[in-house]
Amino acid sequence: MIFLSRIQSLVRKEFQTLLSTKSGKMLLIMPVILQTALFPFAATLEVKNASLAVYNEDSGRPSVEMMQRIAASGAFTRIIPLWSAAAVEDAIGTREALLAVHIPADFSRKITAGETSPVQVILDGRRSNSAQIAFSYLQTVLDGFLKDRAAAAGRAVPSEIVVRNWFVPNLEYTHFILPSLVAIITTIGSLIVTALSVAREREQGTFEQLLVSPLSPEMIMIGKAVPAVAVGFFQATLILIAAVFIYDVPFRGSLVLLYGGMFFYALALCGVGLFISSVSKTQQQAFLGAFVFMVPAILLSGYTAPVENMPLWLQHLTWVNPVRHFVEIVKGVFLKDASFGRVLTLVWPLVVIGSVNLTLAALMFRRKAA
Amino acid sequence: MQPPAKCDLARTDPKPGGGGGWLSWRRLRALCWKETLQIFRDPSSVLIAFFMPLLMLFIFGYGINLDFSRLRIGVWVEDGGAEAAGLVAALTGSPWLEVHGYDSRAAMERALVDSQIRGFVVIPGDFSRKLQHAGETAPVQVVADGSEPNIAQFVRSTVSGVWQNWQAQRAADRGVELKREIALEPRVWFNPSAESRNFIIPGSITVIMTVIGALLTSLVVAREWERGTMEALLASPVTRAELLLSKILPYYGLGMISLLLCVAVAHWVLRVPFRGTITALWVVGSFFLLSVLGIGLAISTGMRNQFNAAQAALNAAFLPAVMLSGFIYEISSMPVFLRGVTHLIPARYFVTSMQTIFQAGAVWKLLWPDIGMLACAAAGFIGLTAKLTKRRME
Repeated sequence: MIFLSRIQSLVRKEFQTLLSTKSGKMLLIMPVILQTALFPFAATLEVKNASLAVYNEDSGRPSVEMMQRIAASGAFTRIIPLWSAAAVEDAIGTREALLAVHIPADFSRKITAGETSPVQVILDGRRSNSAQIAFSYLQTVLDGFLKDRAAAAGRAVPSEIVVRNWFVPNLEYTHFILPSLVAIITTIGSLIVTALSVAREREQGTFEQLLVSPLSPEMIMIGKAVPAVAVGFFQATLILIAAVFIYDVPFRGSLVLLYGGMFFYALALCGVGLFISSVSKTQQQAFLGAFVFMVPAILLSGYTAPVENMPLWLQHLTWVNPVRHFVEIVKGVFLKDASFGRVLTLVWPLVVIGSVNLTLAALMFRRKAA
Repeated sequence: MQPPAKCDLARTDPKPGGGGGWLSWRRLRALCWKETLQIFRDPSSVLIAFFMPLLMLFIFGYGINLDFSRLRIGVWVEDGGAEAAGLVAALTGSPWLEVHGYDSRAAMERALVDSQIRGFVVIPGDFSRKLQHAGETAPVQVVADGSEPNIAQFVRSTVSGVWQNWQAQRAADRGVELKREIALEPRVWFNPSAESRNFIIPGSITVIMTVIGALLTSLVVAREWERGTMEALLASPVTRAELLLSKILPYYGLGMISLLLCVAVAHWVLRVPFRGTITALWVVGSFFLLSVLGIGLAISTGMRNQFNAAQAALNAAFLPAVMLSGFIYEISSMPVFLRGVTHLIPARYFVTSMQTIFQAGAVWKLLWPDIGMLACAAAGFIGLTAKLTKRRME
């Protein structure tokens, strides 16, 4: 009982330091609101508002029909007509257009005669990913155009391909981003809180006082971990609510599984945060240490770029990255109604990461206490 | 060591006035030297200045890859005909696909839910029969994992590419030429192999410079305020200009060394083509570095508290550099409002310049507008810091 009441008073003290100032409270909420408001619109690999430059040397009907088809498709917001090859060079060079299409003078003649006409498409390689996606939009529009021409001429296609997307039928990017954001913003919040809490005490000299108190190093660790877990749960809940009620992302899975996974994730993060804390002398070191861990962990979580595109050895290495597992848990439960078994396979790495880091941190604190 | 040499940079603009004037070289040199010692004494600043750039380049070089090399998909065939087997063989033979077979359709669907595969292809029972009937169209079903929009797009385009080749091959085998009336010929300018690494790495240097310029300086100066050493300095004969320059010059030097290190590693280790010149790099890099240093100094002078300064720098400099600079997320795809916001972010201009310098070369015509904006930002933020310092002194 004494054990519990001692921890309780330490936890209360931690919450007081965290929430005592107005700026402290603001810093727990403002970044979450700001990021939830901006990220879904900014952090997208979707290609929207792309502009297409067109240098059409042909005036025949087929080329005009094709251009009308492209304009009507809505794949490109702006179509820039150009009159020379030099203008094409300029439009791509100055980033005015992402793609440029060059239709040769004999285009209409050739395709009316049933021959194949080449159409050159120039992609801005400085933005090769977006350009390739925009190119595939163009290709889809042209496929439709050719299919209709074939149908009008009475030629049937022998086979066709029908694509359906499960979970998010229209491939809305916000449905992908918001669940990932639950994981990422929580990481920033709770990691910095744990990493800095011990370092601040050490810099201000109050850590020695804690060590000479009747609290054991493990109790101090629990006292530091509880507020961080609470901050994580609080911020995650905020984003979850925003995702479901503001962004209309359907929540398909079980809340119990999500919060269960979150608990183990928060523990793993606390382990990392306390470990960083235990080896740093100042707040600056703790903050930069947390930063050096956090940035790679978030970048390699599969949010920015899929894990399966990484070289194999790096894919294996990401196993020790807690963010990667939690991003999978949130996305799985949120969008795909992941089963208990699936969540379990993602939680046990978190348990391993958490235990290793907590043990290391405890050893470091014991050494300092001795 | 370099510090005295770096201070010499400031000599290019000598002002008369002697020891009692607004700038004394002796004092400035001493302050710069003190700052430099402080940088190298703290392992965390060395970690940020030299280890972090290498780590980030390594991550952006190997970890952030938007080019799919092998997609895992499942195949479910309900048709025993030769046509279906031919299409399966085409899918299996594609170098872009890793095809998995399953005992039941339910097992395959579960694999998609569990993210073991990114999509699957279903060939219906009457596929071969319909294909042989001239009037009928045989459908191929493709299901992609919509929870990963980008991957779903690639599943779609890869599978339909394989399917198109298979159709052309099949037609050729029967002596019919399956002619497409339009043949699109893509040409990728500046980056012919269309490797995402070639544009991500030059852009990612922006993030690294922001970390050094804004995050590190904001912490360092805030600590001086927190510990009261700034007051002590202000009480000394040190002038405001000297104080500002002593904070800017050492970190400018550190940032420049880091920039060169990054470009060298990007070019020689990660093999990103570099078509520009060192002069262009130096000019653009200097103005960008001065603008982020300005942000860092303004934040720390305004906050005077390490924890708050760090959080503010993270939110005001680092996150915008990642999210709104256009180095990975295309600015033109953002809503109008956000596109307006990106114009206020110096990182945006540096990203485009770096991509131009690396991939198109030192094309000054394209660089000047960016340099102009960066110079304005640098002057603005450093001026703001000077103003904030003045207020603090009174």
